[in-house]
Amino acid sequence: MTSELDIFVGNTTLIDEEVYRLWLDGYSVSDAVALRVRAGILEQTGATAAVLQSDTMDHYRTFHMLERLLHAPPKLLHQLVFQIPPSRQALLIERYYAFDEAFVREVLGKKLSKGTKKDLDDISAKTGITLKSCRRQFDNFKRVFKVVEEMRGSLADNIQQHFLFSDRLARDYAAIVFFANNRFETAKKKLQYLSFGDFAFCAELMIQNWTLGAVGEAPSKPDSQVDDMDMDLDKEFLQDLKELKVLVADKDLLDLHKSLVCTALRGKLGVFSEMEANFKNLSRGLVNVAAKLTHNKDVRDLFVDLVEKFVEPCRSDHWPLGDVRLFLNQYSVTVHSLDGFRHQALWDRYMDTLRGCLLRLYHD
Amino acid sequence: MPGKLKVKIVAGRHLPVMDRASDLTDAFVEVKFGNTTFKTDVYLKSLNPQWNSEWFKFEVDDEDLQDEPLQITVLDHDTYSANDAIGKVYIDIDPLLYSEAATVISGWFPIYDTIHGIRGEINVVVKVDLFNDLNRFRQSSCGVKFFCTTSIPKCYRAVIIHGFVEELVVNEDPEYQWIDRIRTPRASNEARQRLISLMSGELQRKIGLKVLEMRGNAVVGYLQCFDLEGESGLVVRAIGTACTLDKLSSPAAFLPACNSPSKEMKESPLAHPPSHGCRSTHNSPIHTATGSRLTQNFSVSVPTLIYTGMGSGSAGKEGGPFKALLRQQTQSALEQREFPFFTLTAFPPGFLVHVGGVVSARSVKLLDRIHNPDEPETRDAWWAEIRQEIKSHAKALGCHAVVGYSESTSICEEVCILSASGTAAVLNPRFLQDGTVEGCLEQRIEENLPAGCGFCHIPYDELNMPFPAHLTYCYNCRKQKVPDVLFTTIDLPTDATVVGKGCLIQARLCRLKKKAQAEANATAISNLLPFMEYEVHTQLMNKLKLKGMNALFGLRIQITVGENMLMGLASATAVYLAALPMPGGIQIAGKTPSDGSYEQHISHMQKKISDTIAKNKELYEINPPEISEEIIGSPIPEPKQRSRLLRSQSESSDEVTELDLSHGKKDAFVLEIDDTDAMEDVHSLLTDVPPPSGFYSCNTEIMPGINNWTSEIQMFTSVRVIRLSSLNLTNQALNKNFNDLCENLLKSLYFKLRSMIPCCLCHVNFTVSLPEDELIQVTVTAVAITFDKNQALQTTKTHIEKSLQRASTDNEELLQFPLELCSDSLPSHPFPPAKEHLESARSNSGIPAAQRDRCSSWIELIKLKAQTIRRGSIKTTVTVEKASPMGEGNFRNRSAPPCANSTVGVVKMTPLSFIPGAKITKYLGIINMFFIRETTSLREEGGVSGFLHAFIAEVFAMVRAHVAALGGNAVVSYIMKQCVFMENPNKNQAQCLINVSGDAVIFVRESELEVISTQQPTANCQQSCAGGEVTT
Repeated sequence: MTSELDIFVGNTTLIDEEVYRLWLDGYSVSDAVALRVRAGILEQTGATAAVLQSDTMDHYRTFHMLERLLHAPPKLLHQLVFQIPPSRQALLIERYYAFDEAFVREVLGKKLSKGTKKDLDDISAKTGITLKSCRRQFDNFKRVFKVVEEMRGSLADNIQQHFLFSDRLARDYAAIVFFANNRFETAKKKLQYLSFGDFAFCAELMIQNWTLGAVGEAPSKPDSQVDDMDMDLDKEFLQDLKELKVLVADKDLLDLHKSLVCTALRGKLGVFSEMEANFKNLSRGLVNVAAKLTHNKDVRDLFVDLVEKFVEPCRSDHWPLGDVRLFLNQYSVTVHSLDGFRHQALWDRYMDTLRGCLLRLYHD
Repeated sequence: MPGKLKVKIVAGRHLPVMDRASDLTDAFVEVKFGNTTFKTDVYLKSLNPQWNSEWFKFEVDDEDLQDEPLQITVLDHDTYSANDAIGKVYIDIDPLLYSEAATVISGWFPIYDTIHGIRGEINVVVKVDLFNDLNRFRQSSCGVKFFCTTSIPKCYRAVIIHGFVEELVVNEDPEYQWIDRIRTPRASNEARQRLISLMSGELQRKIGLKVLEMRGNAVVGYLQCFDLEGESGLVVRAIGTACTLDKLSSPAAFLPACNSPSKEMKESPLAHPPSHGCRSTHNSPIHTATGSRLTQNFSVSVPTLIYTGMGSGSAGKEGGPFKALLRQQTQSALEQREFPFFTLTAFPPGFLVHVGGVVSARSVKLLDRIHNPDEPETRDAWWAEIRQEIKSHAKALGCHAVVGYSESTSICEEVCILSASGTAAVLNPRFLQDGTVEGCLEQRIEENLPAGCGFCHIPYDELNMPFPAHLTYCYNCRKQKVPDVLFTTIDLPTDATVVGKGCLIQARLCRLKKKAQAEANATAISNLLPFMEYEVHTQLMNKLKLKGMNALFGLRIQITVGENMLMGLASATAVYLAALPMPGGIQIAGKTPSDGSYEQHISHMQKKISDTIAKNKELYEINPPEISEEIIGSPIPEPKQRSRLLRSQSESSDEVTELDLSHGKKDAFVLEIDDTDAMEDVHSLLTDVPPPSGFYSCNTEIMPGINNWTSEIQMFTSVRVIRLSSLNLTNQALNKNFNDLCENLLKSLYFKLRSMIPCCLCHVNFTVSLPEDELIQVTVTAVAITFDKNQALQTTKTHIEKSLQRASTDNEELLQFPLELCSDSLPSHPFPPAKEHLESARSNSGIPAAQRDRCSSWIELIKLKAQTIRRGSIKTTVTVEKASPMGEGNFRNRSAPPCANSTVGVVKMTPLSFIPGAKITKYLGIINMFFIRETTSLREEGGVSGFLHAFIAEVFAMVRAHVAALGGNAVVSYIMKQCVFMENPNKNQAQCLINVSGDAVIFVRESELEVISTQQPTANCQQSCAGGEVTT
């Protein structure tokens, strides 16, 4: 006796969260059944393995049918075939587009191309996430990227509107899209200690301040047809950053900056002497990072540079986070007192974001 | 009255990409009605076209309006080649033809293609203007309302229940026409869909005409079926109950025969004296001459007698020309009718007086080509013959009517089994005549009878029983005789006194048969049928005993014929009726008690069975009042006494008794283990696993013993097909496979729905088909309803209070019965001692106590049922009326469950006639849809499971869309009447036909109603639901 056909169709589509998770995690039906058995479901419910098998198959089939709709979430809302309560719809979408920290760290900043897709085997082997799940996550990133790529307006808002994500998930995806678009290097060994959250935090700050969208009606280019307002860094701004070089190139200015900072922080900093000794190096590091951002290659290395030039030196001197904050605040504020320096606004736009990023990046 | 049909095509969305180059579609729409076609403009390059067309107007006869569906075809415009069809929408405009239903159809309809399934949606608005025309000779029947619901619909009152209406139309099946060889599968499927749509329209119109002739205005319990006879044609047939219905002005005022127990039972702490319909019929002896006839037709056993109905002896051959049988006119209004049948399963209060038992008839026919579609006489004659037989069976039971009546067919190649079944009953004639009903309610209250047991009392003459049965005095009123078991096809009457809870019982059976041709085949089948009926019966009886219960409701026996086997599946809801005697246990007897180890084995089995009974009693909370041994008698029968008794009793039907004797030792109570088969049977008895805790199941509308439903419902359809390996084709292996299939299916359902616990599967409807040699297909549709566990306790308490109150109110009006009687319904002290003596004395003299348990089960069940019905309905009416002035308060008391799903566009579906926690405020019309889906890429669509899963989901979607477009938010009395699935994996092909129907309604949650009800209940709630109805 073999079951040729075995289906269950409810007027309201039944969604088993547990099975959905297993499906999303890319387990085959038999693996999923085994995992459910291990979770003790048979004992809890008194069901037999055959029942579990049939149930799992059924859910998998439903999810498979829903997957097409999940690729364009608004379709899920308007379709008539599956009657699903709104809260369940939200859950389906949110979980489908959720991603694994380990996975996202692997592909963050990489081009979402066929080439990267080929590497998914390696990523799967490395992270222990099933290849199927890797593919889904990768395809999700790519799909969102494709849809919002050409759109004007806020990146996170666009994503939310077209994929009906929660706030949080939309912001995460904005970061992923932003990183993919600007191809920031995140995979270097030095950067391994950073979490996706750290990068997402930085991405948000950068989107807010460093992109074309950030300037809003940017006075410089009032009616230019810029499509990717939030996706691309403001080229003009990056160009202008070269002007900051004077802060380290002009020796007098650098000395003045240092003495002002030291005066202000004396007695307030546990690592004052180290700071004093390192000031010029640190300042040079931060300003040079800015000055280099005109080249695409250097933009990609932004995080590597920040960690190399600032985070690591401070960390090797055991600066506490509080001291780093005090220092960075003072360091950026003091520039306003430098009479010879004319690019105050530019400096603020650069430094406000950078300060936020650095504080986030500064941890073990 | 001709009319003007107006259609407007608004927009489309989610259309498929038809032009690969642009990834877009140039869509336009053809609107066709009859022979007239209109087209919209082509909307270029869009998947979401906005046609916003003018109003297309069709001027048509109302006859066409009733017959024809509106056909909307969406196409992709192609300059150079033929336009590609995207898909179609068929809209049945019938609901627009009567004034009280929908006024406009407007909404998004899925665009359906028989090859690709749903491909986007289209927004359509449809209106009808009817012109009045008083032509007496008209062919149309606009204005007659149709309901699938098998009880009087919620917001109506039955003025008169006229009776049975039936009709059938036949045609050639397009699939078997020569042209089918040259046209595409799509064209063929669409021709079929269209034809069936036309035929059902025509059928409905013709039935409507009959109703008008009878001066009715509605058909209730309308059941329409298709017989796909293959080469020989396509038959669409329908039966129903003609009624004159009155719309109730206020929905809160009165709910006739309402099945939502949460309503009546709880609203009515004050119960009225339950009263009796017409008692005279009860005593009037009705003799039957049918006994001999029955035996002649291989009639078999005790309970089967009523059942046997092995229809025509001419099985295997086409029935001869139908002779109109002369019926003796009797006094009863009913008997003047050709067929006093009613498709209803629940009744207005006072309607049902006594219940006799299940009557059924089957007949095997050979199909031949229908030569002249305009004269479907052969098929008509076949059915007339069967109905006649049913009628005579009912007479044999002393009943003049059949309720809960239904008909079905099973076809395999050219052999067709026609089946009909129902419950013989005695009805109150007042409902059946003009003008008498008005005063009926008041009158009934004056008459009095003990509550909830009247319907169980036997309608036939004690000395002239149609079958051997064991009678006792009613355990409730002690006045009338009741049988010891009662089988019926109707729902449990709302006022029946039930002990504990009920449960679903199934008997399953397979029988191999040789492959044969034509007459030999038909003969083989008809030879097998009586044995199957008998065995199904024995199984039912044994399982009933095993549950410790004494009555079956909603009994439905389905016999399915296949190439090389017959399948029997009986489902029913078992309950313990307080009016019937306590069932005895099951005794196992070995035939050769020589072997010691065998003995041991037997005793082991016996213990197991006894344990199971005890466990079941606990599980279903069956603790009937203790009654002394004398009355109950020992569960083990004494054959000698019994046979003597039977002889003495049987006067007119000797043969029957004799036949029965041969089964005497083998009846329900003693299981003789004489061979391995019997062993198997006993084993299979014990393999049925009860549902997990928190789960109940039944196949009736409501679960006896549960009456505190909360609002969560989940309707579902589950289909399973198994392939038998040809090696193990023995009856035994087959039985086991089939049994496992059903059991596993149920287990899966329990598992799937575990998040709804505590809940009950209601209206569990199994359908078996044998699509191919080694395939068995089982389709289940049911609804899971949650209930509140805590409230259950309270209700049992109120039940007691109720009966107490009943007792006290009875005092004033009771003339015939001593006061003590009323307290009988109290479980705590059954009857006063004095009376008990009397009873036991009487029963001893009349019928030996020992036998009572054994053989009278059948009748007693029957009687119990009758009583319950009567009592139930009366109680409800009265209480609801009482409750209405303070309705609000009552509503509030019932915890209104959180109704979060007032969201846009949700359409509930349920096979029940009500929606828990809600009131139906308007019936919008009948939904009757037929779909075909075919694929030539089975593997790509996920195999057979993927294919069928998607199709059923699409069918649900289309039903919901039509309901929403009518302005409704639910389908009640939903039924999937057919699900024919065929596959050819080698060719990567599959085809499926599905036919569904139901009533589109608007419902309002009681919690919402409460808010509104302060002012104008009706107007307001209708507004509110119309408002909440905005669909996406």
